[in-house]
Formats: sequence, structure tokens, C-alpha cells
Amino acid sequence: MADTRAIAEPLPLAAAARPAVAGTRFRKRTLFLVAYLLFAILPVYWMVNMSFKTNEEILGVFSLWPREFTFANYLTIFGDPSWYSGYINSLIYVTINVVMSLLVALPAAYAFSRYSFIGDKHVFFWLLTNRMTPPAIFLLPFFQLYTTLGLMDTHIAVALAHLVFNVPLAVWILEGFMSGVPREIDETAYIDGYSFPRFFLTIFVPLIKAGIGVAAFFCFMFSWVELLMARTLTSVNAKPIVAVMTRTVSAAGMDWGVLAAAGVLTIVPGAIVIWFVRHYIAKGFAMGRV
Amino acid sequence: MKTTDQRAWLLVVPVVVCVAFSAVLPLMTVMNYSVQDIISPQRRVFVGTEWFVAVMRDSELHDALIRQILFSLAVLLIQVPLGIALALSMPASGWRASAVLVLVAISLLIPWNVVGTIWQIFGRTDIGLLGASLAALGFDYNYTGDPLDAWLTVLVMDVWHWTPLVALLCYAGLRAIPDAYYQAARIDGASPFAVFRYIQLPKLHGVLMIAVLLRFMDSFMIYTEPFVLTGGGPGNATTFLSQYLTQKAVGQFDLGPAAAFSLIYFLIILLLCFVLYNWMLRVGQGDAAHRAAHG
Amino acid sequence: MARIDLDLAHSYLPDPREQDDFALLPLKLSFVDGGAYALLGPSGCGKTTMLNIVSGLVTPSHGTVRFDGRDVTQASPQQRNIAQVFQFPVIYDTMTVAGNLAFPLRNRGVPRERIRQRVGQIAEMLEMSELLDVRAAGLAADTKQKISLGRGLVREDVSAVLFDEPLTVIDPQLKWQLRRQLKRIHQELKLTLVYVTHDQVEALTFAEQVIVMTRGRVVQIGNAAQLFERPEHSFVGYFIGSPGMNFLPARWHDGSIEVDGHRLGAGPDPQRLASAGEFTLGVRPEYVRLAAPEAPGALPVQVEKTQDVGTYGLLTTRRGDALIRARVDVADPLPAVGERLWLQMIGPHTCYYRNEELIAP
Repeated sequence: MADTRAIAEPLPLAAAARPAVAGTRFRKRTLFLVAYLLFAILPVYWMVNMSFKTNEEILGVFSLWPREFTFANYLTIFGDPSWYSGYINSLIYVTINVVMSLLVALPAAYAFSRYSFIGDKHVFFWLLTNRMTPPAIFLLPFFQLYTTLGLMDTHIAVALAHLVFNVPLAVWILEGFMSGVPREIDETAYIDGYSFPRFFLTIFVPLIKAGIGVAAFFCFMFSWVELLMARTLTSVNAKPIVAVMTRTVSAAGMDWGVLAAAGVLTIVPGAIVIWFVRHYIAKGFAMGRV
Repeated sequence: MKTTDQRAWLLVVPVVVCVAFSAVLPLMTVMNYSVQDIISPQRRVFVGTEWFVAVMRDSELHDALIRQILFSLAVLLIQVPLGIALALSMPASGWRASAVLVLVAISLLIPWNVVGTIWQIFGRTDIGLLGASLAALGFDYNYTGDPLDAWLTVLVMDVWHWTPLVALLCYAGLRAIPDAYYQAARIDGASPFAVFRYIQLPKLHGVLMIAVLLRFMDSFMIYTEPFVLTGGGPGNATTFLSQYLTQKAVGQFDLGPAAAFSLIYFLIILLLCFVLYNWMLRVGQGDAAHRAAHG
Repeated sequence: MARIDLDLAHSYLPDPREQDDFALLPLKLSFVDGGAYALLGPSGCGKTTMLNIVSGLVTPSHGTVRFDGRDVTQASPQQRNIAQVFQFPVIYDTMTVAGNLAFPLRNRGVPRERIRQRVGQIAEMLEMSELLDVRAAGLAADTKQKISLGRGLVREDVSAVLFDEPLTVIDPQLKWQLRRQLKRIHQELKLTLVYVTHDQVEALTFAEQVIVMTRGRVVQIGNAAQLFERPEHSFVGYFIGSPGMNFLPARWHDGSIEVDGHRLGAGPDPQRLASAGEFTLGVRPEYVRLAAPEAPGALPVQVEKTQDVGTYGLLTTRRGDALIRARVDVADPLPAVGERLWLQMIGPHTCYYRNEELIAP
């Protein structure tokens, strides 16, 4: 039979020859990735380029790097108090919206994923129909509604208005990821005596991290860039950055440089959000011991 | 399989309330307008289906609709495979994964009017990198004058802008595939293509459905980016449906027909999405009879 | 079918120095061709690492793996011809049951007629013949695990079948069915089977030889009787048995074993125990006997809890800081809580440990 005894002395090290990773396939993918990243970055580079130029140079000269490097565009932004408050306002209502969207979407997605009930398929599809209309339709009714409620020019108004397209998105994404988790995990947890909240928070949520990360990012992104509703529902107090930027058309024409600078600056919060949720998106389902 | 439990409705109520609050009221308003002739705020005449008929007979609308369908088709055919390919090539972990995630996501974060504006300059042969490069390579590129160039530029701009949406969804979906599947595939001797076909693609079915529907809807409603880039031109070569609607409503101040048009627009998207959705469901789940028979 | 020899250690770190850096401490192990083995131990003990090293999903940082004498340390799982069944059912959703079973053979270019034959054979053995044309995705967990198992068995030259806690998601009432089928497969196909589990009942019913592991070390290998009667490591005594072995700190004093100041007798090997000085006394609840009050060599204890388990009674008693459990005959009346009892701890089944290793008998 088997002979064995754990030996106390350490064994001599094996030759550390690890087989090299399959060559060609690996390199083809990296090549493709690099090519795409280049494609993705070039217009952004051009935008950064423009942000450091004067309008005259932008419209008059073709230069890969500003001939007259200037911070003037950025100074216009940082100097004008309404630009700065525009960023803050946007961040406020977007954050409110993302939190609300995820909070209502998580339980609903769980219901759609694990249970069947009267009208479930219809409600599920109906949710998405709210994204099937150009938002322009909502402008006048929203205007009337929020004026009546006395919520005009508040962050909460925009946050609520944006729920109409973010909540369905969050529900659909989360439901997709939840359905990828085998039901056996729910059942094993109940057998082991977990209460539903404890199971949901300690076992289930970590398993759908990728879905939560991507849903959070998309809700952030769609709310952040939404222009029409945000501009219609606000005037001074809650004016978001996207509305402020459309002021760049003046009598002298389009203020290209300032627009480019503002564009560069709007990327920053989103990049931070992605950085924040990167671990969520990149980890996914670990399928370890239950 | 799913348990039937009506109490699950309680979990869904908050979502329905939020969305209905934002959706039902405007819709009712629109339906109200669509059947009236609003000659002035005080004078409204009920005209029934007159606007609907007029809208459907509008030949300019037909043209815009065809342009729109072609555009959305092109968008889907390019962005879905490209997005999947991108997701497959993005690193799965480490600092490289984080860096690539940020780089890929940048184009999504730029406000849409800025996207159009940047590409406006970017595409000019005198002051833009793309335009100048194409001109240097000998192409007769002019997106303001040539309809094909305008189309291609709008298309490439959209691909640049929105492919990361598909890619990020697929990337997250790929990360959700447990290692055991890849290990089992190795043990079964599966080739990389077999792994893609039998493990990755089926597991991506859910996110791909979301990606396809989202891209279809958003491309079908596209307004800001092409409007800023080409203004719908040259002529009406790049005047898609949304711009046409806005022109009608704003330009001619005709709320009634505009509302009717909005409803028809919505119904077209609804119908096409419904068809897409059911088709994808069937592709993903195979024979429904088997499913029913074996739970 | 193959004989597998392991002579290795493994660390996930690039530069391991201390014991804690190793996921698997140096070991030498052989799996005989056609034997059924269980790797038993708590979470994190290294059993899954060892399984993955055998299958080739992990390459050991130090040492070698040999199949029938051939060095396969750098070989892929495919090259080693092993099959592995995972904790969660892993099946190809888009294929039918037959498609799943045929997949490994298709990848190796086996002729279609042969594939059909083989798939039919295996499906028959696993009692899945009527499901062959059903889409695998909609089936229950235990059927899916059978499919996973079938994919492993379908290759005729499979060298070993490895199981990583495969019954975790199976309904309890179906577990015994699967276990029965596994045993039958072992008898019919005479394959080398290695089964990882943290459940001792599973291990002891499935395997001929159980390899008990803890914290990266193999502490004992043996059959059920050996592990039960003579645990070579205190961990084995503690882990095997329900409840596990009782442990009491003891010392040699004045020619006798002394526990908590009480003299219990000389024991089986006075010389060894005397030279050890201080040691741990281990005895299973099954072998702790009630003695008459003040009997020589008996230990006075106080009853803390009594349980009527049905087929026997279980007493939990206390001596000082230590809890001692004893099994009693269900026919006898259970003592009352708080009652003072005398237990005979020394006997032919009592084991003595120093630094967790068995020193006597």
C-alpha cells in the first residue's frame, strides 16, 4: 500500500523551468489591444492638445503640440465660480442618483432573477421601454411636474429625473449577473442557517461584484453626461457642469479651447470612479468554498 | 429553477414607483398632445388620428427612417464583435487591468456635445489630426461636403465613443466565469476557439443581450453627436430620425404632429427591441420544449 | 490507470523560508494503480493544492510528480490524461448530455462511431441513458455532476480521476446515491481515484486509504480502522471521530502518569513517557469507561452535560480546565448533571502525544 511519511528535511529544489506562455496567440491579443488603445486615445490627445491652445491657433494652425502653450482655458474654468460649482453640482446629483439606483435595483433584480410572479416578464421588459424614448419627450412634463412640486433647480430633481433611465439599466445588468450565480448557493446558505440579509450581504453581493461595479459605473456615466434634463430642471443653484459648458458659444463664436479644457476636466471624476470600482469589475465570481 | 412567490413583488415595488413616476406622467402628456391641434396655448382642437396619418405619409420621414435603420445596423455589426474582441484582449488582473480599464472608459465619459465638437476639429483637413493624416495619405476626405465621408465619420465617431460600453459589459461578464470552467476545458483538451465558443460566448449571453439592446436603442435615438458634427448634412445625408423629429417640433413649433411622431418613434423602437429581445432569448436558450419538459 | 508518485513541496511565494510560507510541506506520497484515496482535512490544509498538483493545474515549486515512473511535473493535465470533477458542476451549457460526454473524445479526434459507443457505455453506467439528447443546461445539480464525472470517465486511457469536494452542492438525500455510483465505478473500472473532502464520513466510506492533512502537512495515511485506533498525530485524533479524541495535558511524576495532580498509573511504556516528562494523553470517548468511585487509576470528574443520542449516551464532563467526553451504553441510566464520576482513562486504546506526534504506544 501507500508508503509515506512526511520528511522533515527540505527537498532539493526542482529545476525552476516553467513552460513559457503560448507565444503567438498571446502576442496577437496584445497587438490588437495596443492598436485599439491607440485608436481610443488619439481624439483624447487631440482634445488635450486643443485645451492648451488659443482659439486662434486651434482654428488657424495644424500643430501636434501647442505652438503657444497656454493655461488660459483652464484658468477661465478655475477662475469662474460657476464653473467650479458646476462640477460640484454634477457630482452631487450623480452620486445621489447612483446610490438610489443601486439601492432600489438590487432587491428588484434579485426578485426577477430568483422568483417568478404575476407580470414579471412584462414588468421586466417595461422597465427597459423607459429608455426607448428620446429624453426630449420628458422635458415639458418634467418641467411642469417639478415646478408643481417646488423642486426646480435642486439636485434631487435631477437625481430623480435620471432614475428613469438608470434604474432599468441597473436592474437589467444586475439581474444578468445574479442569474449567473447558481441557486444552490442560496439554498446551501439557508441550510447553514443564514438569515436573508446576512446571506445577501456577506455571500451574494461579493459574488456579483463585477455586475455591481459595471452597473455603478454606467449609472454614473449616463447621469454625468446627460444634458437636456439636467439643463431644463436647473437654473442657478444646481446647475451642472454639462449645462455650464454649453455657454461656450458666445457672440465671438464657439470658445473651442475652453470647451476642450472642460471636456478634459469632465473625464477626471469618471476616471476616478472607474479606478474606484476596478476591483469590483475585475474580480467577479470567485467560486470558492461556500 | 425559479420559485413562484408573489411576495417577490414587494422587492420590485420601489423600482416600479421610481420609474413610473418619471415615465407614466410624461407619456400621458405626450399622448394628450398627439391627438390635439394646439393652435395656441388656449385653442386646442381634438383631431384624433389626423397627425398619426400625416406623419406616416411623410416621405421625408421615410428617408430619415431608412437612414436610421442603416446606421443602427452598421453600429451593431461593428460594435458588438469589436467590443467582444476588446474585452477578450483586456488583461484580467494586475495594475495593467486597472490602467486599461481607465483608458478604455475615457471615451464614455466625455459629454456628447464635446465629442461632436472634438471630432469636428479632428476631422478637418486643415486643422485636425484625422483630416490632415487622411489628406496626407492622398484621400479626398471632406466630411462636410461628401455624404459618404460624413456617414463614415459619424460611424467611426460612434464606434470610438460607444464600443467601450459593449467591451466593459463583456469584460465584467468574462470576469464572472469561474476558473473551474477553464480548468475543465484544459483537462478536456479544448482549443482556445472551443473555449470561446462553448464557454465564454454562452456565458456572455446575458451581458450581450443588454449590450445589443442598449446600443440599438441609443443609436436609434442618436442626436447630439451627429448634430454637432455635421448638422445633419451635407443636405440631409446624416439627418437621422431624432434630428428630424426635433426639426419638426422645434423648427415648425408643431406640438401636435411632434407628439404623434414621438409616439410612433417610440413604438418603432419598442417593436424592434421586442423582436431583438425574443430572438436573442431563443438563440440563448435553445429548444423551449426541452426546457419545459426537464424543468 | 497509473501509479502516481509525489515527491515534492509547494509554495505560492517566490522565496519561501519558513514553514508558514509553504502551502504543502515536503512530502513523499504514492497512489497505487487502481486504489481509492481520500485527501481529508479542514479548509486551507492544502488538499486542493495537492489535487491540482496531481492533475497538473498547478506546478509544484519544488519536487516532482511521476506517473508510472515518468516525470510529468511539467506536463499539462491533458498530457497526463487525468480527469477532474469540481465542487460546482461544470458542464457545457450549449451542448446536450451526449455532446458533453463526447467533447473530450472529439477534441482528440476519436472516430465518430467509437465516440457514440463509448458515450452510450458511460451513460449507461451512470444511469443517464435516457437523458442523452437533453440539453445539459436545464438539469439538476446532481445530474450535472454525473455529467462532469462522465466526461472524465469517457476517455479510455484516463490515468486517474480526481474529485474536489464534488458532493458539496448535492442534496443530502442524493449524496448517498452518487457515493454508491462512485464505488461501483471504482469496482468496475479499477481506476485510480483521489477524492478531496473535509467530511470524514465521505472520506471513510469512499476510500481504501485516507490521507489526513492539516496546515500543509500530511499527518497520517491509513484505512478507517488505523486512523481511528492509532492516530499518529493529535490532529487525526481530534478530526476523526464524532466527537473526536479527548486530550488531557499530563506529566510523568514519581513513576506514574499524572493528570491534574491525580495519579493514573504507569501506562504502556513507562520508559518513553518518563523521558518525555510532559506529554498529552489522548483517548476517544468510545474508550473512556466509567469506573467505581475511588478506583485505582481513575480520574474524578464532574458531569456538565448529558445527551441521549439514540444509539448511545454522550457525557460531557469536566476536570479542571479540560472537558472530557465519554460514550455510555444507552441501556444504562444517564448520570445527572453535576454528579461526580470516576473515569478510567488509561487503557489499551489510550495514546500519548508529545508536540502533537504519537510517542506511545
